[in-house]
Amino acid sequence: MLALLEVKDLHVEIDGKAILKGLNLTIKKGEVHAIMGPNGSGKSTLSNVLMGHPSYTITQGTILFEGEDITTLAVNERAKKGMFLAFQYPTAIPGVTVANFVRTALKAILGDEKQAVKTFRKLLKEKMALLKMDIKFATRYVNDGFSGGEKKRLEILQMAVLNPKLSILDETDSGLDIDALRIVSEGINTIAANSDEKGVLLITHYQRMLDYVKPNFIHVLQDGVITKSGGPELALELEQTGYLAAETATA
Amino acid sequence: MAPKTKESLDLREDYGTKYGFKDPEDYVFKAKKGLSRKIVEEISWMKKEPGWMTEFRLKAYDIFLSKPMPTWGNCDLINQIDFSEIYYYLKPTDGTAKSWDDVPENIKNTFEKLGIPQAEQKFLAGVTAQYESEAVYHAVNKDLEKQGVIFTDMDTALKEHPKLVRKYFSTVIPPEDNKFAALNSAVWSGGSFIYLPKNAKVDLPLQAYFRINAAKAGQFERTLIIADEGSSVHYIEGCTAPSISEDALHSAVVELIGMKGSHIRYTTIQNWANNVFNLVTKRAMAHENAFVEWVDGNIGSKLTMKFPAVYLVGKGARADILSVAFAGKGQHQDTGGKLVFAAPNTSGTIISKSVSMDGGRSSYRGLIKTYPQATDVKVNVRCDALLLDDESRSDTYPTMEIDGKRADIGHEASVSKIGDEQLFYLMSRGLSENDATSMIVNGFFEAFTKELPLEYSVELNRLIQLEMEGSIG
Repeated sequence: MLALLEVKDLHVEIDGKAILKGLNLTIKKGEVHAIMGPNGSGKSTLSNVLMGHPSYTITQGTILFEGEDITTLAVNERAKKGMFLAFQYPTAIPGVTVANFVRTALKAILGDEKQAVKTFRKLLKEKMALLKMDIKFATRYVNDGFSGGEKKRLEILQMAVLNPKLSILDETDSGLDIDALRIVSEGINTIAANSDEKGVLLITHYQRMLDYVKPNFIHVLQDGVITKSGGPELALELEQTGYLAAETATA
Repeated sequence: MAPKTKESLDLREDYGTKYGFKDPEDYVFKAKKGLSRKIVEEISWMKKEPGWMTEFRLKAYDIFLSKPMPTWGNCDLINQIDFSEIYYYLKPTDGTAKSWDDVPENIKNTFEKLGIPQAEQKFLAGVTAQYESEAVYHAVNKDLEKQGVIFTDMDTALKEHPKLVRKYFSTVIPPEDNKFAALNSAVWSGGSFIYLPKNAKVDLPLQAYFRINAAKAGQFERTLIIADEGSSVHYIEGCTAPSISEDALHSAVVELIGMKGSHIRYTTIQNWANNVFNLVTKRAMAHENAFVEWVDGNIGSKLTMKFPAVYLVGKGARADILSVAFAGKGQHQDTGGKLVFAAPNTSGTIISKSVSMDGGRSSYRGLIKTYPQATDVKVNVRCDALLLDDESRSDTYPTMEIDGKRADIGHEASVSKIGDEQLFYLMSRGLSENDATSMIVNGFFEAFTKELPLEYSVELNRLIQLEMEGSIG
């Protein structure tokens, strides 16, 4: 079966500093992968590079999405192909309402204005209900004055409406209290993780989210390369014996 | 460069047909180019004006000649104006049409392209549409007539309501005020006249459209709104000038008089072609407990200099000025607002928002002045500038002269740039760079657009998008 995402020997720099140093990763449809690692290991760089952030330079390697080389593809074209990044720190867009923003995004992704307008209202209501969000949320300005938890919820709402093939979730668990974490995780499971057609890449510092969204594969990222890969048991193992316990304690 | 989407291409074509069209010139009377005492007399004679107005014009002409050009602001641009190369009076048809059927076909086409008749049916309480220098089409809703509201063009008002006009005309902005107010006073033509009797309430906005069609046609409209005690009105003017190749001058004078307890909101959206000098004097008098609002949007033009002012002369008067500007390539938007407090317990706000791109320049110029008798004044000023690239420029020139006791004054200013992170975020949701940028800009202007009736805010967002495509696309 053709892989959804295939990253081969990826080397990435920012401002002349090497961050990723030969990373390999393959995600197939129906799989949930988690990448764990300490601060500074290159986790956020990976998520940004996969989505095409212009500040990073790929010096070597390729990124394939459904077999197609997207290494140099524009950010919005990646989104249209079905990639989605839930940001760790989503930026505010003052004056633009959540409803307007999500509708514009849906229109861009579908490339079909009529379809977007027709389905949008119902879709938005349904997904907001799924994530237990008040409908009033739709009239607020995007991330403007949002709490950390509200920002994360809005990311997952967008993911729910845009329905991507591959969802990359960058530290989605940070800033969430336990109730919010449960709701957001259930949302992720309903939207993507339990689907045979979609892939999920969880990027996380902690293992607590993995109690809710169960990965099939766990990879440890250290100093720009994956040093260890395994099944779900790896998370617990790391917690007991690895660097993660120490990292968590000092974070 | 991102490839243009089909949608943006369509909008561009639409722009050409909807706003860039130009009718063949067909005028009953076209004064000679340039300005002289004789031309001023001719204008007055053509209009069959009373003697006092002719005298007023001639005196204003002398003042115009005696005043030097402004020595502040963008002098390089303003000194490009060649007063001898401008037509000061154009009369498109003989007389003002009362009904739509009487309007000549080509002028009707212009208005149909602007959507006036449809808009009228749906929204308008009355329409005065100015084509060149005189109103050719005018309708006033029955309800307005019943309330005794007068809504007409300025020339008609001078004929039909001479006493009212003579009593208030030029009482807020005398010709001596500045060189361009003097010029307007000498050669003014058209504009709106509104009189609201005591306690008259006009719920729907009154609207007027202005266009400059002939190359080098100066447009010198003159608007006067008098809101008697306890009355309220919202007046909207939208201006779209077609693309013309030679420099054109637009120099209007707008006077508002808000009597005790009245409310006037005056909304302007101007989208001038990039060769228009837009030099407008707007001022309001707010008497006891009156509330005056200027809502002012400026797109296009080569140079706009416009600082709507409110003089708060009665206790408890309030004023809000909301001004936005979009400066593109080769444009300078020099805008802002003035609040002059001359009575106790008065208050006001100025909110100014500007976007500059492609080397465009926007300036905020503001004045807050309180006289000694204006005690317990509250003022809040906020100006935000958004720069879309490194070549563009924004500056602020705030002036404060506080002579009254217990003044509570707030001033906030910010300059921001569209950041890579904002663009990356929006593009990661499928938006092209153009669409992402215009979404950020539209959001920035939201404080303004939310104050507009729906069709205007849609229109404004589209115009801004077009301006941006013009340079990015």
